[in-house]
Amino acid sequence: MLRSLQGLVCRSLKLDHGCVLHTAARDGLSSVSSQDVPAENPRAVFHTSESDPAKHTEQHEGRLYNIPLEEVKAVFPHGLPYRFQQQIQTFNEARVMVRKPALELLAYLKGSNFAHPAVRYVIYGERGTGKTMTLCHVVHYCSRQGWLVLHIPDAHLWVKNCKELLQSSYKKDRLDQPLQASVWLKNFKSSNERFLQEIKTQKKYMWGKQESTEEGRPLGEVVEQGLARVRSASDAVGVVLREIKQQSHRGSFRLLVAVDGVNALWGRTSLRKEDKSPVSPEELTLVHNLRKMVRNDWSGGAIVTTLSQTGSLFKPSSAYTPQELLGKEGFDALDPFVPIPVPNYSPREFESCYGYYLERKWLQHEKAHTEDGKAELRFLSGSNPRQLDRLAGPL
Amino acid sequence: MGGRSAAVMAAAVGRVLRLCRRWGAGPGAQTLRLICTTTAVQRKNAGASGPEKYTEAFIKKQIEEFNLGKRHLANMMGEDPETFTQEDIDRAIAYLFPSGLFDKQARPLMKHPTEVFPEQRKIQWGEDGRPFHFLFYTGKQSYYSLMHETYEKLLNVQKHQDELIAQDLPLQKEKRNLAGSRWLTKIELEEMLVEKMSDDDYSRFIRLLEKLVALPCADLEEKYIQKFSKEVPAQLQKVLIEPLQYDERGVAFSTGEGRRKTASATAVVYDNGTGKITVNGIDILHYFPVLQDREQLLFPFQFLGRIGKHDMVCTVSGGGRSAQAGAIRLASAKALRSFVTEKEVEFMRQAGLLTVDPRVKERKKPGQEGPRRKFTWKKR
Repeated sequence: MLRSLQGLVCRSLKLDHGCVLHTAARDGLSSVSSQDVPAENPRAVFHTSESDPAKHTEQHEGRLYNIPLEEVKAVFPHGLPYRFQQQIQTFNEARVMVRKPALELLAYLKGSNFAHPAVRYVIYGERGTGKTMTLCHVVHYCSRQGWLVLHIPDAHLWVKNCKELLQSSYKKDRLDQPLQASVWLKNFKSSNERFLQEIKTQKKYMWGKQESTEEGRPLGEVVEQGLARVRSASDAVGVVLREIKQQSHRGSFRLLVAVDGVNALWGRTSLRKEDKSPVSPEELTLVHNLRKMVRNDWSGGAIVTTLSQTGSLFKPSSAYTPQELLGKEGFDALDPFVPIPVPNYSPREFESCYGYYLERKWLQHEKAHTEDGKAELRFLSGSNPRQLDRLAGPL
Repeated sequence: MGGRSAAVMAAAVGRVLRLCRRWGAGPGAQTLRLICTTTAVQRKNAGASGPEKYTEAFIKKQIEEFNLGKRHLANMMGEDPETFTQEDIDRAIAYLFPSGLFDKQARPLMKHPTEVFPEQRKIQWGEDGRPFHFLFYTGKQSYYSLMHETYEKLLNVQKHQDELIAQDLPLQKEKRNLAGSRWLTKIELEEMLVEKMSDDDYSRFIRLLEKLVALPCADLEEKYIQKFSKEVPAQLQKVLIEPLQYDERGVAFSTGEGRRKTASATAVVYDNGTGKITVNGIDILHYFPVLQDREQLLFPFQFLGRIGKHDMVCTVSGGGRSAQAGAIRLASAKALRSFVTEKEVEFMRQAGLLTVDPRVKERKKPGQEGPRRKFTWKKR
């Protein structure tokens, strides 16, 4: 089937020499001949060897920087988007693009005064534009700087698909989620070993009738307790959050609260109690404690959150602004915050992403190497990072 | 006077309806399938199928009745019976007998009997049983007589040619315009001769005609040859390509419309663009989440190699997701014609970008579950 004018005109060129050379054919021919030439350059153009986010500036915008794999395992036990994890496995390296929203956030963080109450940043944007990746970039920066990172990979996981709901022993009308809490505690432990030894508890906590944690014990013990006794995992999470919050203003460490999908905390849940009545988010221990963390009544750190429509419940797919996704309750709770919009790829960013795929030989189709193929990809993906990623997969 | 005219009217009506029924029931029933070829090519010739079904006297009577009916109809409509043409008759019948039937040939109709009743072969032998034509016993008398005639003409032309050569006069070399004409088809020839012929016979005749035409002095028999040739209808009407319009900012733009199934779309393509496309005010990434639809939109631009060069604003309504995508594709292709050379327009047409997709949902038939699916067949 006749897919392109180029092929037809090239064929007709071979047949009759006197025919008028079409400009498109000329471009096509020239691009075919010149694609061998810039083979060495793309590496230099699209990548940057600066792997410390602290040193990223506008100069590095649009470029990809490498995170060593051990660091990835240490800093991001959870939190990276699933497709990105697959990409890391395929390419055997983790390359994150430096984009303007992330640079903006980093600039704010660098310039923020930690004596003041924590500033809240809300990253929002349409689906698949890179909000979670921006968050991960910021998390990487903070962990490099030595902050204590409280990273909740997806708050939506806590408000839906929970198999076990236990009634909380601490407060009668709250519900515990042992599984989710224990999973999170495990990941938290692996990423913040150092701090768990340094931070000491300030109160005595009773776990049930026999067990208790004394005052002055390292926080690691609380985490162990939560992992060992799964029933009290949610309470352990609550204790951890509380201790960290109380001690952050002392200044011995900086705290970053990174929550992905913060709109889950104020929406509806899809969980039901045993009498089939719907559960509202306040009734969940984890959500309740997290809400306390996200309030700006503490100082010595920052709160970076992302809105996410993808996992959200009962929200239309076209909703992406804070107003729509947080609802009135959430908006009032988070207000005031600094909104950070994340757009689709700019032409430069698109070029570098495309160049990266080409260089890693991810785009195997022969047409993908041509200018036309690039234009086609740009059109079909609408410069949306997720769409581009999905498109480039089968090619 | 009133009673008489009423009786006359009733008689005229009866005549018309009878004509209409006969038309449907007679062996000359002609069915046309919806394929885009000329009707001449498709028609079956049933006139030569068998011996006479209508006697001459009968046909004469029908003609008289038709003429009488025509005058009555003219009277009824208040027009002059002398100058009542066939078109007037058609209009009058459509007015008097409005019909909602889709098939035009099923509607009431009043035409001259020679059009209604197919030509019949007259009895070809006399009262003593002796045939009139000398070639009757060949079985295909009209065909062979035609071949004889044509060959006679050929010999004539050759004789004339020899004479000219003998006199050393130049042979006329005006070529007939073969491009604009075609020979009669087999069916048309059969109709003309009122006799069935086989494919071989037909091809022999055509070869003889071509041989005749190939001779230099063939214009001698031009009139004879013209009896067997037909003008091919004019080339596809030249579709007017609108010139570019310019809006307030000075940017060139052009509009196009397209339809597919039940969706209809209008597209406005602007020059000097970045490849942004908006549908009903929404970006295409949000309006068409499915890749297939976006590929359909991409196709015209990709074909012309103008992916990032134009902006487009479209409105679309009706149909489903795929139909809307197809409609916008057609609309954008039509709009792009104004930006592009004629040769490229021809390429686009050949690629099928400018053709309206005729496929629509087929009607469900009674006695079946769907358009094609039959009910489950049960043996007992």
